[in-house]
Amino acid sequence: MSIFAEVPQAPPVAVFKLTADFREDTNAQKVNLGVGAYRTDDCLPWVLPVVKKVEQMIVEDNSLNHEYLPILGLPELRSAASKVALGDDSPAIKDGRVGAVQALGGTGALRIGAEFLRRWYNGTNNTATPVYVSAPTWENHNAVFSDAGFKDIRPYHYWDGEKKGLDVTGIMDDLENAPEHSIFVLHACAHNPTGTDPTPDEWKTISEVMKRRKLFVFFDSAYQGFASGSLDKDAWAIRYFVSEGFELLCAQSFSKNFGLYNERVGNLTVVAQDKDNLARVLSQMEKIVRTTWSNPPSQGARIVAITLNNPDLFIEWKGNVKTMADRVLLMRDQLKAKLIALGTPGTWDHITQQIGMFSFTGLNPKQVQYMIKEKHVYLMASGRINMCGLTSKNIDYVAESIHETVSKEVTSHWTGSDITVGLPVERKRCVARRSWGEIFTFISFSDSLKMEKSCCFLSW
Amino acid sequence: MQVCDLLSWWSEVQMGPPDPILGVSEAYKRDTNPKKINLGVGAYRDDQGKPYVLSCVRKAEAQIAAKKLDKEYLAIGGLGDFTKACAKLALGDDNEVIKSGRNITVQTISGTGSLRIGANFLSRFHTEARDVYLPKPSWGNHTPIFRDAGMQLKAYTYYDPKTCGFDFQGALNDISKIPEKSVIMLHACAHNPTGVDPRPEQWKEIADLVKKRNLLVFFDMAYQGFASGDIDRDAWAVRYFIEQGHNIVLSQSFAKNMGLYGERVGGFTVVCKDAEEAKRVESQLKILIRPIYSNPPMNGARIAATILNTPDLYKEWLGEVHGMANRIITMRELLVANLKKEGSTRNWKHVIDQIGMFCFTGLKPEQVERLTKEFSVYMTKDGRISMAGVTSGNVGYLAQGIHAVTK
Repeated sequence: MSIFAEVPQAPPVAVFKLTADFREDTNAQKVNLGVGAYRTDDCLPWVLPVVKKVEQMIVEDNSLNHEYLPILGLPELRSAASKVALGDDSPAIKDGRVGAVQALGGTGALRIGAEFLRRWYNGTNNTATPVYVSAPTWENHNAVFSDAGFKDIRPYHYWDGEKKGLDVTGIMDDLENAPEHSIFVLHACAHNPTGTDPTPDEWKTISEVMKRRKLFVFFDSAYQGFASGSLDKDAWAIRYFVSEGFELLCAQSFSKNFGLYNERVGNLTVVAQDKDNLARVLSQMEKIVRTTWSNPPSQGARIVAITLNNPDLFIEWKGNVKTMADRVLLMRDQLKAKLIALGTPGTWDHITQQIGMFSFTGLNPKQVQYMIKEKHVYLMASGRINMCGLTSKNIDYVAESIHETVSKEVTSHWTGSDITVGLPVERKRCVARRSWGEIFTFISFSDSLKMEKSCCFLSW
Repeated sequence: MQVCDLLSWWSEVQMGPPDPILGVSEAYKRDTNPKKINLGVGAYRDDQGKPYVLSCVRKAEAQIAAKKLDKEYLAIGGLGDFTKACAKLALGDDNEVIKSGRNITVQTISGTGSLRIGANFLSRFHTEARDVYLPKPSWGNHTPIFRDAGMQLKAYTYYDPKTCGFDFQGALNDISKIPEKSVIMLHACAHNPTGVDPRPEQWKEIADLVKKRNLLVFFDMAYQGFASGDIDRDAWAVRYFIEQGHNIVLSQSFAKNMGLYGERVGGFTVVCKDAEEAKRVESQLKILIRPIYSNPPMNGARIAATILNTPDLYKEWLGEVHGMANRIITMRELLVANLKKEGSTRNWKHVIDQIGMFCFTGLKPEQVERLTKEFSVYMTKDGRISMAGVTSGNVGYLAQGIHAVTK
């Protein structure tokens, strides 16, 4: 009898399944608004010109080899990446109380941070410490913290489906009522999946409450530069919190802003109170890295480090980033304009108010199904679209498809069985959100992987 | 700027001890003695003591650069061209397992990443037994990897310090007592840290006993090709076990045999009952991988795949691996010859009998300390030296030092 006889088939990760389904679709007009990767106006992946240049430099440099990087990664990457997040003239960096761990993408940075917090944050066993993630959030946040050993992962109010914006009251309530020392995962900018960020004033209020209530700040920064086109603007929240004296972690990804998706370049920036605390924290993070991947991959790190540390290349990079951000902004403007011109029911201001790669359209699951099945426009069940999937060639079709879908009032109550993963739904901790008259359910993954329970991944 | 008046969150965080293996390299770097030798990390060095970028790797890189590929995310399980070739390399082109599709092979972050995925997978799904039995001694990082994954560590006798060889009877005795369904870790070839491998007839008995005890076999193969110089010979034990009906799990690394250390290229394989089970296992591996790093890095896998799948490059690679293994073997012989020349009367036969990158010299911690302090020879406390750090230029000095601390 095989030892794996009882291993159940796991549901596919929704965002990748979407792309797989898209690939198999033979319809000529199909559009993929799923996975978060940048596309040019020809709907092609874009290797940044500065990346091509630096890669060529690396290929031609015979002095380079493939030796192991240190456990914590390439020093030139770690320091330059932290500078990008905190600013060149960051007092915290000058004080020597900022360190970093090179990690495999933003995911890897989050995971190392999560593992560290579970072991060392507030005492030596934080399995019961609540971790708050926004409702909704990037679907992998749950699993990262859950697999790191946290047993109590909770949503904090974030998206207000009715006003299609930030649920500020909800956020503040949750911050006031969270147990002291709870960990909060904050999106530094370009919130995934809603594209809705707090304003600077709202950030200030959040900061004030978090400080007073002794809540831990863990920033997820996957889109710096990509959101507004300005590195500094997109890092404002992180820098503000640091200036307010918080000790914090910031998981950075260079997947999107460098277009280096598959080279897995990320950085976990650690801001501690002083050098001594920082040193001890990094030494423990080293232990965690050693049993996870020993040391990180070198190719992507080199590309980013060379670029960030060379003044000319840095300027060129910023230009490339702005190119991407500008195209996204253009698509936002045009999509909204077209929907208004078509007279599509509802308000569409959120399309241009939201920021970054994603837009939370407000389409409900039934409408999303219609878009996919009838119009061959692929988007996430949450109504999230990747703006980068829009081009001058397909934007009319997409606008028309949205118009048709919304006008048809394709709707009724969503039930758990409509989620096409094939397993019954387990609800551990749910938050009901109203959006277009439908109920979204946020499902926690804490116990979702035990064999005797089955669960459904509602992917954002 | 003011820092919070609160106590730091991290006041109670202890300073972690330096990594015993990687810490050696760091100490070596700080040493200013021109005669210093680094015999710590198992990274290959040429006879000038320099890192060696394989020629087939450079060629593969040039080919890849010319293709101007994009940087889109790989699948969670990695590059298909790589994983298929990786499995074939380990199991053999014609292996029935591959033909029937009953293996699942995912790309991992080199050997460590592979072991960790494996450990996590067993921890989650192999619920009948929590214990992993490691050979005594084993690679230092095995223990914390399995522990962090939630497994418990036990050991079986392996190394005989009296002979500096394999304690075959001791191993059989211990293995015969391992509770059913426990996980047993076996080093496929070039045991780390001892360099002591079972002979084929011994492997056969081990396989038999392991089957009787109904144990789950976890092979760690980090040195395929590097041990004997022959890819198939080094994989013999893995293939034999599978032939005998063991559905093993297997970790592979391409750090050493392709010199792709920093690119982090590895594979994790589960040999399943059938293709259907392999699909279920694959789906669960993805669920494990996604919250660690989402999907693996492309660069190294692309290089490895190009080499494995391009006949000319593959042939060249086999030659280069053979060359590296041969240099190691030559250094072993030279070291023993030089020790004799120094006048050492100790039995150093084990230096030649052991295989692969490492040699368990038999030196005690105090002797190692002296060797480091007085001669600037850096190695791990257990007496392990990386033969790859030995060159025709430094072997004389090394013999001097070893003789000095052991006479």
